[in-house]
Amino acid sequence: MKRQTMYFRMITASLARRKSRMLVALLAITVGSTILAGLVTVYYDLPRQMGEQFLAYGANMIFVPSADSEGMRSEEIDEAVAQIDADVEGAISYCYESATINDAPIIIAGCNLEETLKTSPYWQINGALPSGDNEILVGLEQAEFFSLDVGDTVSIAYLPPDAVREGEQIIGEVEGKVYQDFTVTGLLDTGSSEEEYFFISDTDMSELIDSDLTYDVTELRVNADADELAASVEKIKQTVPGVSPQLVKRITESQTTVLSKLSALVLLVTIITLALIMICVATTMTAVVTERRREIGLRKALGASDRSIMLEFMGEGLLLGFIGGLVGSFLGFGFALLVSTNVFNSTITFLPALIPVTIVVALAVTALACILPVRNATKVDPALVLKGE
Amino acid sequence: MALLELKNVYKIYGDLHALDDVNLTVDEGEWVAIMGPSGSGKSTLMNIIGCMDKPTRGQVLLDGKDIANESSRGLTDIRRDKIGLIFQQFHLINYLTALENVMVAQYYHSMPDEKEAMEALKRVGLGDRAKHLPSQLSGGEQQRVCVARALINHPELILADEPTGNLDETNEKIVLDLFRQLHDEGTTLIVVTHDAEVGASAQRVITLEYGKVTSSHGDTSFGKAARKDVV
Ligand SMILES: Nc1ncnc2c1ncn2[C@@H]1O[C@H](COP(=O)(O)OP(=O)(O)OP(=O)(O)O)[C@@H](O)[C@H]1O
Ligand SMILES: [Mg+2]
Repeated sequence: MKRQTMYFRMITASLARRKSRMLVALLAITVGSTILAGLVTVYYDLPRQMGEQFLAYGANMIFVPSADSEGMRSEEIDEAVAQIDADVEGAISYCYESATINDAPIIIAGCNLEETLKTSPYWQINGALPSGDNEILVGLEQAEFFSLDVGDTVSIAYLPPDAVREGEQIIGEVEGKVYQDFTVTGLLDTGSSEEEYFFISDTDMSELIDSDLTYDVTELRVNADADELAASVEKIKQTVPGVSPQLVKRITESQTTVLSKLSALVLLVTIITLALIMICVATTMTAVVTERRREIGLRKALGASDRSIMLEFMGEGLLLGFIGGLVGSFLGFGFALLVSTNVFNSTITFLPALIPVTIVVALAVTALACILPVRNATKVDPALVLKGE
Repeated sequence: MALLELKNVYKIYGDLHALDDVNLTVDEGEWVAIMGPSGSGKSTLMNIIGCMDKPTRGQVLLDGKDIANESSRGLTDIRRDKIGLIFQQFHLINYLTALENVMVAQYYHSMPDEKEAMEALKRVGLGDRAKHLPSQLSGGEQQRVCVARALINHPELILADEPTGNLDETNEKIVLDLFRQLHDEGTTLIVVTHDAEVGASAQRVITLEYGKVTSSHGDTSFGKAARKDVV
């Protein structure tokens, strides 16, 4: 039999047959490696995730009518968009009007629905976008309230503002009220306030209110950094009086800062985790060495050199490190997947390189943690085996 | 030829003279028993002969070499190459099987050899217990594993500290028979014991009291004679 075979047999027997503290160390290394591998996986995938998330947040600039204006005309909006030097990925204008269904008040938004998906990629539509005349997209909340489903027809009543007279009630039959039937083509699921609205095309809206549209808000997705955006805003303020451009500040700024803050956080958690594993492994190893002093003394009495003793204890430690790192790298990916699906709503890519890296880190940390206890092991006096104890 | 020679050996702890001017010669192939009351320094003496401790003063010559001058590494080498140890408390590694426990001694000495280790176990009558863990063996069986382990590397000198102290009569006999066989093969044996019968099996009995050798009974020439018979 080769010496290595016996060596391996001894250290595996020690781990396998002794139901001991070593399992605590193994647990610590595994949990630590899991956290590390998971964090690194999430972190590695984060820029992509964040990119999509921020894009999903949609607009980073909006236009609203200036203080002295009732609404923005589409020519004004086009003129304002033309002032932006950077690449405009999407610009969508909404015209909001109040209406009723069976005398229950609702809000309808008229917009270019095709364009909407460019600035709001997170919109989930059950069914389809309206494509023909008199078709309507219904927010999920409203669909539930009015028991509407794809294919249903809904009658919407609109009372022009100039038909409303002071103190007069607008419920029931009122002079000037217009009715229009719409076919529901899709239900809108966004998880936020859009679910409270009804969406129709610009042309349908224009027909319903029987006038040209003026828009209440334009959402823009501009591919530019904060400085360029600010410059564009200034330019529009100067040149297009009817439009008041505003930056959606929080999002544009956080996109850059969140990443750097997160990387600091990940680094911090990584260091703390590594330190905790090290403390746990070091204390466990110290306890194990104390527990096994007689065995160490015996091995020395049998002629084991300090080097053999070190190799054996280090070997046990490193074997734990290896197993812990290996298991941890897989669990860590599972953990990352869980975080990713729950937090970011998307899957992540598995990094094969993570397995060796996690194992190497786990090995390095265990080795470092074992140095002192293992050195203590070599100091055990073989004479103690003859003493009664 | 003298295998072991102690000249004016002292071991002093504080002001306690655990060994007090011990002079002792053990010839090759001799079987010596060391007896004496508790605390008289028997284990201390065994530790020094077994190269696990150094004397405070004096010379300990093993094969003509003074171990008092050896580094701890040198002592380890001597222990590994020349000495087989048997303890009162069995001292087996509890997570290794009987066979593996014997192989550990081979591992530190030279090469683990499963077949040879198995032969040694058979020799002490434990061929069918090779795969048992120490906890699955009786005290007597454990002690026999220790004997197998002590003889596996064919040491020149076997040191046994109270080898039968925890054994019943049957197992004591088995162990003594093994010692007899080893002695017949020419191995030098030094056995610490409280047991008169074990002492009587030896060729020579040395008595320690308060760290001093107070008497030495027996036929010193018998060892040599016995050895000649074998050769
Ligand atoms: N490391 C030590 N430090 C201090 N005193 C020690 C040490 N080792 C042994 N002694 C003392 O030396 C004396 C001899 O001890 P030793 O163990 O050699 O006795 P022993 O003859 O083997 O006794 P027993 O028959 O009970 O095993 C004892 O008084 C003991 O207390
Ligand atoms: Mg003793």
